This record gives sequence, C-alpha cells and structure tokens, in this order.
Amino acid sequence: MTQRLVIIGAGMASGRLIEHLRDTAPDAWHITLFNAEPRGNYNRLMLSPVLSGEKTYAEIVTHDDAFYAAHGIDCRFGESVTRIDRAAKVVHGAGGPVPYDRLVIATGSAPFILPVPGKDLPGVVTYRDLEDTNAMIAASRPGARAVVIGGGLLGLEAAAGMAARGADVTVIHLMGHLMERQLDPAASYLLQKDLERRGIRVHCRGATKAILGTDQVEAVLLEDGTVYGADLVCMAVGIRPEVRLANDAQLEVGRGIVVDAQLTTSDPAIFALGECVEFDSQLFGLVAPLYDQAKVLAGVLNGRVAAFAPVQTATKLKVTGCDLFSAGDFAEAPGREEIVFRDPARGIYKRLVIADDRLIGAVMYGDTADGNWFFQQIREGADISARRETLIFGPAFEGGVQSDPLAAVAALPPEAEICGCNGVCKGQIVRAIGEGATDLGLVRARTKASASCGTCTGLVEQVLAATLGDAFSRPAAQPMCRCTSLTHDEVRRLIKANALKSMPAVMQELGWNSSCGCATCRPALNFYLLADWPLDYRDDGQSRFVNERLHANIQKDGSFSVVPRMWGGVTNAAELRAIADAADKYDVPMVKVTGGQRIDLLGVRKEDLPAIWADLNAAGLVSGHAYSKGLRTVKTCVGSEFCRFGTQDSTGLGIRLEQRLWGSWTPHKVKLAVSGCPRNCAEATCKDVGIICVDSGYQIGVGGAAGMDLKETERLAAVATEDEAIALSVAFIQLYRENARYLDRPYKWLKKVGLDWVKDRVLDPEIRAGLIERFDLSQSVCQKDPWAERATPEAARRFHPLATLMQEAAE
Amino acid sequence: MTRWIDIAALEDIPLRGARTLRTPEGCVAVFRTHDNRVFALDDRCPHKGGPLSDGIVHGHAVTCPLHAWVFDLETGRTQGADEGVVATYPAQVMAGRVLIDVDRLAGKRVA
Repeated sequence: MTQRLVIIGAGMASGRLIEHLRDTAPDAWHITLFNAEPRGNYNRLMLSPVLSGEKTYAEIVTHDDAFYAAHGIDCRFGESVTRIDRAAKVVHGAGGPVPYDRLVIATGSAPFILPVPGKDLPGVVTYRDLEDTNAMIAASRPGARAVVIGGGLLGLEAAAGMAARGADVTVIHLMGHLMERQLDPAASYLLQKDLERRGIRVHCRGATKAILGTDQVEAVLLEDGTVYGADLVCMAVGIRPEVRLANDAQLEVGRGIVVDAQLTTSDPAIFALGECVEFDSQLFGLVAPLYDQAKVLAGVLNGRVAAFAPVQTATKLKVTGCDLFSAGDFAEAPGREEIVFRDPARGIYKRLVIADDRLIGAVMYGDTADGNWFFQQIREGADISARRETLIFGPAFEGGVQSDPLAAVAALPPEAEICGCNGVCKGQIVRAIGEGATDLGLVRARTKASASCGTCTGLVEQVLAATLGDAFSRPAAQPMCRCTSLTHDEVRRLIKANALKSMPAVMQELGWNSSCGCATCRPALNFYLLADWPLDYRDDGQSRFVNERLHANIQKDGSFSVVPRMWGGVTNAAELRAIADAADKYDVPMVKVTGGQRIDLLGVRKEDLPAIWADLNAAGLVSGHAYSKGLRTVKTCVGSEFCRFGTQDSTGLGIRLEQRLWGSWTPHKVKLAVSGCPRNCAEATCKDVGIICVDSGYQIGVGGAAGMDLKETERLAAVATEDEAIALSVAFIQLYRENARYLDRPYKWLKKVGLDWVKDRVLDPEIRAGLIERFDLSQSVCQKDPWAERATPEAARRFHPLATLMQEAAE
Repeated sequence: MTRWIDIAALEDIPLRGARTLRTPEGCVAVFRTHDNRVFALDDRCPHKGGPLSDGIVHGHAVTCPLHAWVFDLETGRTQGADEGVVATYPAQVMAGRVLIDVDRLAGKRVA
C-alpha cells in the first residue's frame, strides 16, 4: 500500500533520495516536497559558475516541473514548514497541514552571521541559494565595490565570481592564510597570488568589527582600524545545521539533528538527511557523504538493511583557472614526514604527507591532474616505502607511461574513484559502458558519474575513450571547432564573464590551440565580440566570409551580385532608372527580382564593385545587405494605404522597422515581414519576425522558417500601437544577438531556449528597455552604408589585382 | 634560374588576406599570413574553380570561399578529406616588398 512520505527541503541530498525511491520503489510512496525556496531541486554546487557567468540557472536545475509531475510529487515550493506535530504525525505549512507516515527532515544548513553591528543592513548577503547569487550578480556591475568576509571555499568562489563580472572585490579572512582547513600555507600563498592577479584584494588576519552604513551598507570596519568601502558585503564565514524545526519538535539535537546509521532521529518515524545531520559527532558539508546518506535512507525506507558510514573526501575549488586539490590529513605532527615538489615559474606546488610509510594527505596547486590517483593511494593505505622517491611524480612515472592521460586512466584499477561527488569508481563506469552506455550522457544517466560538480567530466570521457577505443565519439556538446574544446555557448559566456574584448584575448585566455584560429571559429568570434563589445571591438574583415568582407554575394563563377536596399520593398522611377543605367554600364548579365522584394544585379565583376556602388549611391541607393548575417529585408504588402482589406499601414511599419534595424549584425540572417491583414500577402508567418496587422493592432510572431526547415512563427505578443510593435521586434532581435550561437537562425535558437524564456525577457518592461538601449548603442557604430565606405579610391584599390604580368615581363 | 621581381609593398596585401596577380594564363593569389610571410598559389580551386584569394586565411592555410576546401599554402595540397592540389610559386618578403619568382611562374605554365 502506498505510504505518505513528507520531505522538508529540496536540496541536493533530498533530490537524490527522491531519485533512489523512484528507481527502487516507484509506487511505494506518495511524496510531498516542501521547499522554503520558491523552486525545486537544483545543483547548488554549481552556483559559483552561475555567479561568474559561466553557466546559467537553467543549466543547473536537476529536477524540473515535468519531473515532479511525472512522478506524482506534491510540490510545496516557496512555503516554509512552521511546525511538526509528532503526536498527530502532521506537518504544518502556510498552505495547510500534511499528514505523514514517514517524515524526512532535509533542511540543510544556514549561513553563520557574524554578530556585529550593521549585520542587518540592506546589501549584506550570504552565499547559500539562488537569491543570494542573483543579489551578487546584480551588485557586481563593473566598478562596484564588494567585500567578502571569509576566505574559505565558499567565500573565494563568491569573490572570484563577482570579480569576473567586473566588481572590485576585497576578501577579509580571520586566519593567517586562505582556506586554512583545506590548504597549507604554501599552497594558500599560490592561491592568494592567483586571486590577486585577478584584481582581488586579500586581507588575512582581519577581524570584522562592524559593518557601516545608514540605510544601505557603505563600508566594513576591521578591528585593526582598516576600512573598506563596500556596495555589497557577502558573509561567508561558515554554516551551521538548520535545526530549528527539529528543536521545536523536541527531537534530539546536538550540533545537528542526531541520527543513527539508518539516518533515524530520536523519533522512529522521522529521519534526517544532509547538512542538518549529526552522526557519530560529525557534521557533513561536502556532497559525497550526503549522497551516501540519501542512498542509505532510500534503502531504509524501503525496508532494506543499510547503514551509513562516512568516508574520506577530497576538495576542489571551482574557480576557473585556480587548480587546487587537497585530501586527507596534511597538518604537521610528530612522526609525519613530507615530500614537497615546487616549480615556482609555473606556479606549481605539491606536498605529500606520510606517516608510518603510508600516504595520509596530499595538497596540490597549479597541477592537480594526479589528485585522484593520490587520493586513491590515501584510501588504500598501502605501504609506499619502496616507491617513495618517485611517488610525487604520480602515476605517469610509476607505470613507465609518460604524460598520456589516456594511458594513465587505462592504468587505473577498477576500484579507483573517478567521481568523488557520487562515489563512482572506474569499474562501475566500465561496466555501464559494457552494458551499452557509450557516451557521456548515458554514463551520466546510468552511474551519476560527473553529474554533480562536473570536474571529473574529462576523466569520465577518458574512461570512455580507453574502454571503447575508436568506437568512442565525443559527446553532443560539440566544441566550436578544432582550435578549442569549448562549445559556442561556453565561449559566448566566457567572452562576457571575463570581459574578453579582442580576438587575441579570447584565443590566449581560453587556450586556443592554433596560432590565429580557423575559418570556422574566426567568423563566429568576430560576431560575438562585435555583438558584446560594440564600442571596444573593431570589426575584423579578414575574419569574415568573403560576402561580408566584400559586401556582395559571391557566385559560382567568382563574380558577385549587387542588391540595393529598397525600404519595405518600395521603390520609385528614379531608383529604377539608376539601376537600369548601372546594369547597362557594367554589362550585368542578369537582373532579377528576389523573394524579399528587392532587385538583384547578378554577375558583376569584383573589380567593378566599388564603381557600381558609387553610381548607385549617387542615386540615393545604399547596400541592401543581401549577403550578411544581419538584417536582410522587411517584406510588406500595401496595407491600408491602398488595399481594401488592409487594417493598418503595413508598408509604413515595414519601412520604419527596416530603417531602425538595417546594418545590424546577427548570428545568422534575419528576415522580417509585415502583412496588413490576416490574408497575409507578405507571408509574415514564416519569417524570423513576422507581424500581422489586425483591427485592434499588431500580432507579433517570431521564429518562423521557410528554408531548410519549414516552420510557422509563434506568437510573442499582440500590441496596440506601431511603436510597441517596433520596440518588441528590436528587443527580440537584440536578445537573439546577445545569446544565440553563430549560424543559428532565430527558430533554432528558440528551440533551445524556449519561447517562454524569451517572453520573460522581451515582455518585461525593464529588461526590454535594456535590450533596446544596447541595440541602439550598437547601431550607433554599425549603421553605416558599407558601399559608401568602400567607394573611396584607397578602399577601392583592394578590389583590383596587385599588378598585371605581361608575357614580356616573364620572358 | 631564379629571377625575383618586385610586385608590391607588403602593406598592399591585408594581413591574413590576399591580393591577386593577373597573368596571361590566369590569376595568381598572393597571400599574407599572420606572421607576415607571403605565399603565391594559382587563384583557382581545383574543385569548382573558386577564387582562393577571396577565402579566409588562417595559419598557413586558406579556405576556399565556394565550398570550404582547405589548402596548405606551403604545398598547395588540400587538408582533410578532399583531394586536390594547386600550383605554388616561390615568393618572399624583402625590405617590406613582395618578390615573386617570375621564371618559375612562366616555366610552370609552359610545362
């Protein structure tokens, strides 16, 4: 019979518990899930990449609404539990009581707040959830001052994230060196140097005396009298188990909620799980033991024999560019010896701590590739006296195989741990691969390896490669090109997050493995830089495909086509005369009307381009950008001006749109249309942005296609006025410019992000205003007629041969 | 023998770009790479005749603008899956001027 299970808290441990229950006993439990945060389970470990801009929130959600719905879970998100009535077996929340047969308390931990004056001022945040993260993102605009109190794992990730967004960050740490619980002073020194190189100020031995400010935080005052100005203060001095509910319910509570090895509290119907738990006088802050607890608890709830036993854990810092690793016990003590390796020029430090001929601790900075191997040695506890002299050089030396990561992975024993978060060893992964999990996604789904913090993703891929050999193909997230292992999305985010404003900066900082890129990445990077830094970046014509470099479409015989702009598809006798004259003068073999209501002069010789442009310019015609990844055309019908069915001035609106949008560069070409009534003579419903005029106003559709794919537009909104229609169109195109990957048309991009995501932004007045402002800023630079710019004699020379070698000269 | 003739200033060719040299037997593309070296190749892709001088220059290679065949500028050979080769001619930079071996240019064509 189905029993009622209530879970309080939707953290990482409870998410894992739900999965185990689903996998092992899908119908045994009816689950109600409370969460004080107004959302479900997400990967809290990944908040730091969200803060630094390397990931988005959507990417770190582990369970979405569809998951809860599919598994019949009652979600009570954004609702705090106020009381547990143990006698009646009922949990009380703001939205009403819920009875339970079994109750799991997974309330996690609460940040510790220093009891100093000013701690409650607006602008003082902790670093615990998405709200905190968003507050820091909002406060991290370039030039803003942020102070982080606490130089531990969490504090430093907060500091690095805000610094990556351009804030001026100071870290205040009470102890003598950063991360003193995980690092020795030497490794900590290297870390501090790396952080300072990123512009982060570090103040060790600093005790906070007060946070100053009247109605908003203004500064932090230290005991030694130092004052740091601050627009935002992040307190990351530690966490304590969140035990208030358990206390009120009079469960046994020490530092955390006391449980036995079956995670049972002092009430046999109530269990506790995660960071709020105290077991054997220990608290747990890292994710690996919490996942173990979740697995044990699922077993216990299903009536199986299971017991939780804590294991050693290793630590990594998730700050891009700071590689550190520590595991085991590395404090100095009598009877302990150490082996140290330093390479100051490369900033590498490794220290092994040995007691009784066994490796008991390891600290590494700068090169942590062997971290997991050392961790394995620590856990095995084998006698290392025979190989002591070479131990610090790691597995490469040991096995005689040099620096080939694949060989190193192949040499690992089956019990070697690959994924620390989920406790997955190599043997489990190899077994899963044998059972058909032949790519990263399948291995992840089957074993959970690399599904949490993600730092072992490369290792898992190497296990795949070593096991499958040539049969292994890289995962779906394809790198941008062979110059990098990063995907388009990663590159876009890092360009923004690290303020990379030139092509050499991107290639250096993101570790391009070619001297100057290739024909695939260069055009993409050129667009990303142009879109993100319109005022700082200078367009690089040599990184553009020939059509955009020469502002004409190359044809199969190497000749070009010339298309003048006709605003909204409207022309007149004078323009037509100029076009006819140009066609005669330059012997244009074909004059054709295009699908976008323009006139195309086909077969123009390259060296004639500047001259034909100059002639057309003289008649008032400018480039139609028929060759660009940018705004192409706005197709219109005649609308209310002439048509007896027209409801609005569709031609006029098309012209206004085209005049606003021309010259802008986009990830792929963009075509618009405006139809004056639902008969849709301008075929607006298959355009990137298509507007249908109706009596009451304008229906704006986006994401249509009529090329490789055929797709009807989806409704973005219906508005009453022309100005609103233009504002929404501009905002949509700017959002596309800022977020899509190069060569994705809007419909492809929409398929990835979803129309709702786009609506949430374009329809929000504040976000829309920002998008429009950034678009107009970019247009102040981009909206120039490229024909006029290239008609000067100096520019025109480039279209001609360097020289003509006559036969005589060659003889 | 080698007879170098001066065809242009290095600055006349855009960095990571190309210009053409017109000869009675067709155009030669003169490339200038990121490290300021120059290379001369027939300006005609063996695939469908695309003008290589209009391609994107990356490293010591160029991608044809028509169907993205990639040619090594040193050897004139294709990289990757496609099979083909274009003629190359000795070229060099001296004191900021681009020199090309005019005898090889003539000789190759006769042969």
